[in-house]
Parts: sequence; structure tokens; C-alpha cells
Amino acid sequence: MSVHERRSDSEITERRLLQSTVEVARHVFASAAASVFLVDQETGELVFEAVSGEGEQHLVGTRFPPGTGIAGWVAASGQPMIADEVAAVPQFAHDAAESTGYVPRSIMAAPVIRQESCIGVLEVLDRSASWRGELADVDLLALLATQAAYGLELLLRLRRAEAALPAAGGDDVHVLLQRISDRVPRGGGAADPTALKLLAVAEELL
Amino acid sequence: MTVTQPPWRRERREQFPGVPAWSLATSRLAPEEFGVIRLEEVTREWAWGADSAGDDGAGRADGAGVRVCVLDTGVDARHPRVRGLERSLVVAEDLTVVDCDPADPAGHGTACAGVIRSIAPAVSLTSVRVLTDGRSGSGAALLAGLRWAVDEGFDLVNLSLSTTRSEFLPALHDLTDRAYFRRCLLVASAHNMPVLSFPWTFSSVISVASHDEPDPMTYYYNPAPPAEFLARGVRVPVAWPGGREIRSTGNSFATPHITGICALILSRHPWLTPFQLKSVLYLTASNVVVSEGDAHVRA
Repeated sequence: MSVHERRSDSEITERRLLQSTVEVARHVFASAAASVFLVDQETGELVFEAVSGEGEQHLVGTRFPPGTGIAGWVAASGQPMIADEVAAVPQFAHDAAESTGYVPRSIMAAPVIRQESCIGVLEVLDRSASWRGELADVDLLALLATQAAYGLELLLRLRRAEAALPAAGGDDVHVLLQRISDRVPRGGGAADPTALKLLAVAEELL
Repeated sequence: MTVTQPPWRRERREQFPGVPAWSLATSRLAPEEFGVIRLEEVTREWAWGADSAGDDGAGRADGAGVRVCVLDTGVDARHPRVRGLERSLVVAEDLTVVDCDPADPAGHGTACAGVIRSIAPAVSLTSVRVLTDGRSGSGAALLAGLRWAVDEGFDLVNLSLSTTRSEFLPALHDLTDRAYFRRCLLVASAHNMPVLSFPWTFSSVISVASHDEPDPMTYYYNPAPPAEFLARGVRVPVAWPGGREIRSTGNSFATPHITGICALILSRHPWLTPFQLKSVLYLTASNVVVSEGDAHVRA
């Protein structure tokens, strides 16, 4: 298996975690769709990262301008909320149809919070009337958003690691070894035991 | 019913795991019992003329003379649910607070301001935009906006938001104390997420979660804080950009109900300190006043 294959394989695992969260969200609320957005920390845009139900074929990767819609309210205020009767608002219906191809009657959304900042939004469209009531629905969504936070964080970590990979030595193993050698503490300073184990494994593999 | 340990002495719930359910579906579950000392002369009638209001609301306090600052995404002054602002400002990149167009592309602040106006029609509303672009408030902008509002001498500040950034904790704490002593009462949304956030958790502010009944003037005291009051927060009619209206659920919309009720009380009793105002809110809460012999409290 090539390095590239191994990486895309793990990408699938991270994605599957997020995907399973939106599948659960969609099913417990018997809703038309559930999705997780990532808040782009540079631009504030919302990016679809996982979708279950309406739009799951084509929405992943689609971007929304910052601060708009219910997801924008949630990202800005950090508060979970529900908006009902939105389809009756012509401007909303028009924008939704234009950007996603689906016009929901109601939207429920919660912030995805990791390490003290809102990194995303979990959204559920057209949940069915539930015996739980709105307040319990919001609480349940908030718990699912906590799960989504771990999934999104793992995905971000993976992307950061991949982005850093070429800079860490690239193809030339000697450059990488030299860099590691430079960083190992000299004169009795103990290196991290996990790092030492990994180096031993690397030696075996080489 | 015997209460072995009063709700306020109870072990605080862990942030996680456990459902962070600060709100209470009061249409299904009765608020629990707790012991109260009632100051009998403080009634809803005393507080804002609740009973003397005719069908047209005449005789009821209307919030006149009370100045409220809404720290949020901005407020659209032209929205029919808002009907005008005293002033509209924004926290600029350099953290100065400058005048701006009374607009709100996001709509969250407009929704909150509209709820305050619906409770207290004659209140003076000012907007400071501290949430600019969809990224959760930069904390620094929130702090700058709040400092400005406290210095400007607003009677009430509506905060349908919170920050999770602990780096701002000490400064925010100092500022809320300063607000308290300057008789500027902060009304803040309780956060229904399993994370630590503030300022709603501070004792010098009024923190608000939701109940699920439709009456805008029904609110409950929660004897197991930090969320101290429960106000209407389910399917609230709120402003939506473009002069429209939707129904929305969340503590963001429960909070401006309490802000509006505080404005009513202050317009009738302008010399109340924040401490007294919180006491009046407590004494006139739906589970503290005895109505139809059916209070949830042991007097």
C-alpha cells in the first residue's frame, strides 16, 4: 500500500466519524437532512463537511458566505437554536433554493465547539414533530454537536498533518533523519518515550 | 414533599457527560418546590402595573425612560418589530466603538431587539455590533463593546451570546462587577452546551434559559442556578431580515424577554439597584407569586 493510499484510507475513517454523526442526527430527528459545517477560520465562510439526506450527493465542499442564515446565527452567538416557518419567507426560500436546491420549513442548529472556539455548526432540516418537545430536541442536538466536534477536530488534525508533511523532510529520508537528530536533546536530556518507541519502529521498518 | 437538600446546595452538574439541560419544559414538568420568603407588597402590579392594564395596555409600564443596549450582530432599525434605535454602533478592527448604519445582515440582533420592543414598547434601544462576520465573537470585540456600554451608562445590556475563551475571563469578571456597581444590569443567555462559557455564569448578571410556554410575561425563578430565570424561549415570533418574521427557539430569545420585563420594572421604579431589581424579578416570578392557590413554592 502506498503512502497516498494509507492517507486517503485514514481520511475515510475521519470522514466516517463525521458522517455517522450526521446519519444519527438525521435518524433520531426523523429529518429531511442533517449536516456538519466547518467554519473557515480565515474567511468565516461555512463549508459543508458531511451531509446525510437531502443534498448528500453534491453539497460536501460547498461554501456559504459568513454570518448568513440560521447557521450564521449559531456560529455568531454560540447558542443552539431552532427556526420554524422559514419557508414562508420569500427571500429565505429563494436563497436556500439557489444555494442548496432544497427549501426547508424548519432548521435546527447547534455550534460545534472545540478548544474554546466555534469550529463548526451541526444543522438538522425539517425534523419531525417529536414527543420530546423543542427544548429536549435542542439539548439532544447539542450533545450530538459535541460528538461532531471530536470528528471535525480529527479531520482538521489530519489535514494539518498532511499540509505539514512536505515541509517535514519530504522524500529525502536523510534530511528527515538529520532534522530529528538536531531536535533530540543532548547531554542527558530525556527524549519523549513515545517518540523513542516510534523511532525504534522506524529503524525496524527501514 | 420533603426537600432534604435545597436545590441551590445541590452538587453542580458536570459539564460533560450529562445533558446540559438548563431549560425546563414547564408545560410538562412542574418547577420543583423551594422555600421562599415573600415580601408581600412586591407584586406584579407593584412592579409594572400588570393588573391595572386595560385591553389597550394603558396603565401598564412601557419601559419609557429606560435605555437598553443590545450587544449582538447589529440591529436593523427599520424592521417593523424594532421601530427605531437611539443609536447604532460597531466595534471596529482597532477595538474602538464607532457609529454605523443601523443594519444587521445576519438578523440575530434584530430578532433580540424586536423581542425587547414587544415587551417594553417605549424603551430606548441602542445596538452595538460585536459579532461581525459569522465567526464566533472575537471575545475582544465583546469586551470592548461591553466596556463602552457600561461607561455610557445604559440601564440594561442584553447579551444573547457568550464567550468560551478563558483568556477573557478575568477582564470580563472585572467589567461585570463594574457594571453592577454602576447600576448597569447585564442580562445574559445561559449556554445550553457542554462547555464552560461566560458571562452568564457570573452572579452579578441575570442569566436566562428557556421554558416552553407561549406567554411572554410568564417566567420562572430557577432555584438551582447558575441559570437563574426561565423565560419564553420556544417558538418565539422574531424578526427576520427583510421586515419578515419567523418563529425561533433558543435561550437567545428567552433573554430579551427578561430584558424587556426589567425595562418595565425600571421605568416604574428607576431607583432600583441591580440587586433590588433581581429581587423584584424573583418576587414576581411565576413560581414565586401565588396564583390560584397553585404555587410551586412552600411559603
